[in-house]
Amino acid sequence: MILVRRRTGGLPAGPARVGRASSADLSRGDRILRWVSGIAATVPFAGLAVIVVIMVIWAIPAVIYSGTTFFTSTKFFIGNLYAPTLTVSNGISAPHGAIYGALTFIIGTLSSSLIALALAVPISVGGVLMLSEWIPRRLEGPLSTFLELLAGIPSVVFGFWGLTVLGPLLAQHVFPTLARLGVVLPFLKGPWAFNGQGLLTASLVLTLMIIPIIASTTRELVKRVPVLAREGALALGMTRYEMVRVVIIPYVRTGIIASALLGWGRALGETIAVLLIIGMANNPPANAYGTTSTLASGIANQLDAALSDFTGMAVRAIAELGLFLLVISLLTNLAGRLVISRVSGDALPVGRGI
Amino acid sequence: MESKQPRLRHLRGGLFWVLCGLALAVIVAPAVAVVVGVLIKAAPVLKLSLLTNTTQDVQNPGLQNAIFGTLAFAIGVLVIAGPIGILGGIYLAEFAPRRYGGAMRFFSAVLAGVPSIVVGFVAYVALVVGLDWGYSLLSGVVALSLIILPYIIKTTEVSLSQVPRSLREAASALGLSRITTIRKVLLPPALPGIVSGLVIAVAISTGETAPLLFTANFSNFNPTPVLFHNPVGYLTYVTYYYIGLPSAQSQALASAAAGITILMILLLIFGGRLITARQRKMVARLDV
Repeated sequence: MILVRRRTGGLPAGPARVGRASSADLSRGDRILRWVSGIAATVPFAGLAVIVVIMVIWAIPAVIYSGTTFFTSTKFFIGNLYAPTLTVSNGISAPHGAIYGALTFIIGTLSSSLIALALAVPISVGGVLMLSEWIPRRLEGPLSTFLELLAGIPSVVFGFWGLTVLGPLLAQHVFPTLARLGVVLPFLKGPWAFNGQGLLTASLVLTLMIIPIIASTTRELVKRVPVLAREGALALGMTRYEMVRVVIIPYVRTGIIASALLGWGRALGETIAVLLIIGMANNPPANAYGTTSTLASGIANQLDAALSDFTGMAVRAIAELGLFLLVISLLTNLAGRLVISRVSGDALPVGRGI
Repeated sequence: MESKQPRLRHLRGGLFWVLCGLALAVIVAPAVAVVVGVLIKAAPVLKLSLLTNTTQDVQNPGLQNAIFGTLAFAIGVLVIAGPIGILGGIYLAEFAPRRYGGAMRFFSAVLAGVPSIVVGFVAYVALVVGLDWGYSLLSGVVALSLIILPYIIKTTEVSLSQVPRSLREAASALGLSRITTIRKVLLPPALPGIVSGLVIAVAISTGETAPLLFTANFSNFNPTPVLFHNPVGYLTYVTYYYIGLPSAQSQALASAAAGITILMILLLIFGGRLITARQRKMVARLDV
């Protein structure tokens, strides 16, 4: 969400730091406002802390029960709820035969998000360079609305579109062509679902969903490239492409990396669109088109069934999935924001880049 | 570069720009395709009875309960996240010490990166079960509020800090208290930006499904003013759930809900942009 247009000229904006008010200078009303607003400003931090603490507490029994099985097993089965005996593991009991392996979800999450990232970065950067360096100023504004449009489309609408329009289209017209590459890359051979449901379609929709994050950051930073450096490059006789390569790319590189990390985080946690498109299968994808699940879609898909587990362990196992998802998306987020914080942290969008 | 043939250099540049043009097309075309595709699917099934009937109606189901539910959530998040977000933004722009402010800003941005399904799960175990609120409007509103709070804080802060410094200096020279300065000097020019932030935040919350699945659940009946133990229907759920049902009637309902959702969100986003554009003009005028 970049609302700040860099001001060129005019008076400086922002709070005047003239004689910073110590609390003695503040009236009583001022001090009340400072307290109340200070509490409000702490709410996001408190919310984040509560989320992390609750996820950890809820996941602990499942972490103990599963041990390393969580990372090594592709089987997620809440157990036989009608069996007379329970399965006990590490001192914790769950319904008979319950096994909470997350490997399927981890594979699904990483593969879908990495495919999306690999496609979204070049598309976003190329599109933004075209927009800011080649397209006439007059058209730049209208064309950039499409970025906002993309950022604003809700997840469930992407899912609906992927399921009813894009999937069938790909399955009929694109996948057969891709499958010819199967000679070189066996995972492209097929088969695929008749309606295109599966990993690749989900990854393509994820690509569209993270483009706005990367593109809005790149666009903001390209605007800040010093005009003297650009003109200098052109004056040296460089072509526009060489100017981009020598001047602009080095200037925006850090921002691209940071926003790619943010975009990755969003792709990791995307739920409804992926749930509708990836096919809700409880197994790793058989090939590039295969149906599978991600951590986020798995949580949404399994929680209903998990609630019927009388030992309550299935919900704990879902919490462990959620905790793992939370940790990896917080890591990508933190990394992205740390990478850029020194340079130009305000260029990064909050959330999805509207 | 001097050793290369000029023609080769231009060829390379040309190729690069062709690829960039393709990239731009790959951004623009799907954006149009999604909106147009969904509206085309929705158009044939839009009819007046969607507004008058609820999903409960077996013969001719409508979306009245879902539309009212979505509106209830919009009002709910405005009531809860609105004031907290605006106050938080005021603090970050006007009062926060540099390092503390930086930290709060950072955590707020990180909160926006928490997957919405995780927020939904936490709201489920903490509110629906833990505090025994049950599937309810309030549980859903709190989950949504956590998701959009960072947006509201950020837009408020940005709008306030865009107000020219000369105005603050003038207020300070007049000896105005901070609270009066904020109310009379800073808020009027910042207001459109804050409002557009709120509008876009509502647009985002309107499109969310994951945080509501296990907090609001769903109801085939119109929302009632009972805040606890009272599931609420909403539009995005209809699309999510009914698209998976085989009957043509269900598919039509899912399409209609998707169409109405996207129309509502487009309206909100472009409404928000109009307000921002107006503000920019206003701030520019103040500056002279």
